[in-house]
Amino acid sequence: MADAHPLPAGSQAPDFRLQSAPDQTASLGDYRGQPVILAFYPADWSPVCGDQMALYNEVLSEFEGYGAKLLGISVDGVWCHRAFADGRKLHFPLLADFEPKGAVARRYGVYRDGDGFSERALFVIDGDGIIRWSYVSPIGVNPGADGILRALDAVASEGSPA
Amino acid sequence: MTRRDAAAELTLPVGKRDHIQGPVDAAVTLVEYGDYECPHCGRAYPIVKAIQQRMGPRLRFVYRNFPLRESHPHAQQAAEAAEAAGAQGKFWEMHDRLFERQFALDGEYLIEYAGDLGLDVARFRKELEGGVYEPRVREDFRSGVTSGVNGTPTFFINGARHDDSWDVEPLLSALEEAAAARR
Repeated sequence: MADAHPLPAGSQAPDFRLQSAPDQTASLGDYRGQPVILAFYPADWSPVCGDQMALYNEVLSEFEGYGAKLLGISVDGVWCHRAFADGRKLHFPLLADFEPKGAVARRYGVYRDGDGFSERALFVIDGDGIIRWSYVSPIGVNPGADGILRALDAVASEGSPA
Repeated sequence: MTRRDAAAELTLPVGKRDHIQGPVDAAVTLVEYGDYECPHCGRAYPIVKAIQQRMGPRLRFVYRNFPLRESHPHAQQAAEAAEAAGAQGKFWEMHDRLFERQFALDGEYLIEYAGDLGLDVARFRKELEGGVYEPRVREDFRSGVTSGVNGTPTFFINGARHDDSWDVEPLLSALEEAAAARR
C-alpha cells in the first residue's frame, strides 16, 4: 500500500457534485459560507456498533454547534448508502463516489489503488472552500471526532483568512 | 497541517467526579467509556473484572458513560440509572447489574434493580424520571468525544487511548507495560 497524500491545510478544496440520494445531488459549493466536514470512509456496513459514521451521528449536535455540515463519502452506490443510512438511522448525507469510481477521493489524495476504496480520511473545509485540516487514520482505526472538533474550534476562533 | 498523530489522550483527568475502583496511588489507571446496551461492552465487562482480579491494588479502574443513543434506545436511561444509584452510594452495584442484565434495561427493570440493591426506590424513580443525571451523563459523553472515544468500549491507559485489542491478554500486557514505565 502506498502512503496517502491527502491535500494539506491551506489548499483549495476541489469542488465536486455527487449523488446524495437516488434523485438528489450535493456539491461542495452548496455549503459555501459554512464549515464542511468531509469524512471519507472505506465502505458502508462495517460490522461494529459505534463505528465511525454511527459515532458522528451521535456527535452531530456538537458539529452543528459550529454551524458545520457533515458529509460522509465512500465509493458505495446510492442505494447501498440509502440502506446503510436507514439501518443506522444516520441524520447526515452520504455521498456516492461511485462513477467514475473514487474520482473525488483521488482528487483529495485519499484513494487506495489496488483496494478500490478510500482511506479513512477527514477534511475540515472553511466557509471559503479552503481546507483547514486534514487527517488520514490507519484504515482499521476509527479516528473519532476529537480532531474535527479541534479544527472547527480553530476555524471558529480564527475566522476565515481574508 | 496534515497529521498522523499518536493515540488520542484523555482531556478530562480522572478526579473527584469519577466513579473509581482501586487505590488512588495505583501504578496504572484504566478508564473505560462504555454503554450499558452495547454488546461489545457486555463482553468487555468480565474481562475488566478478570484484569482487576489479576492486578489487584496496582490497578485503578474508572467507568464513564458513552451512551450511543441513536443505536441503543435504552443506553441513556441505563447510564442515568447507574448515576442515580451512585447518588445513593451503589454505583458499582448497579453498573454490574446492568451489564449482567443487558437484555433487560427497560424502565421497569431499572426500578426493580434499584429495589434489589436496597435503594430508596421512590427517590431513584423520581430522579430517573426527572432526568436529574442527564447533564452528568452528557458531560461524560462530551469528555469522551473530545478525548477521541471512537466507539464503545474505548479504553484509556494512564490517559492514552488503547487502540489494540481489549481481550484479557493484550489489555493486561498493555497495562503491565504502562505500570513498568511508571516505575
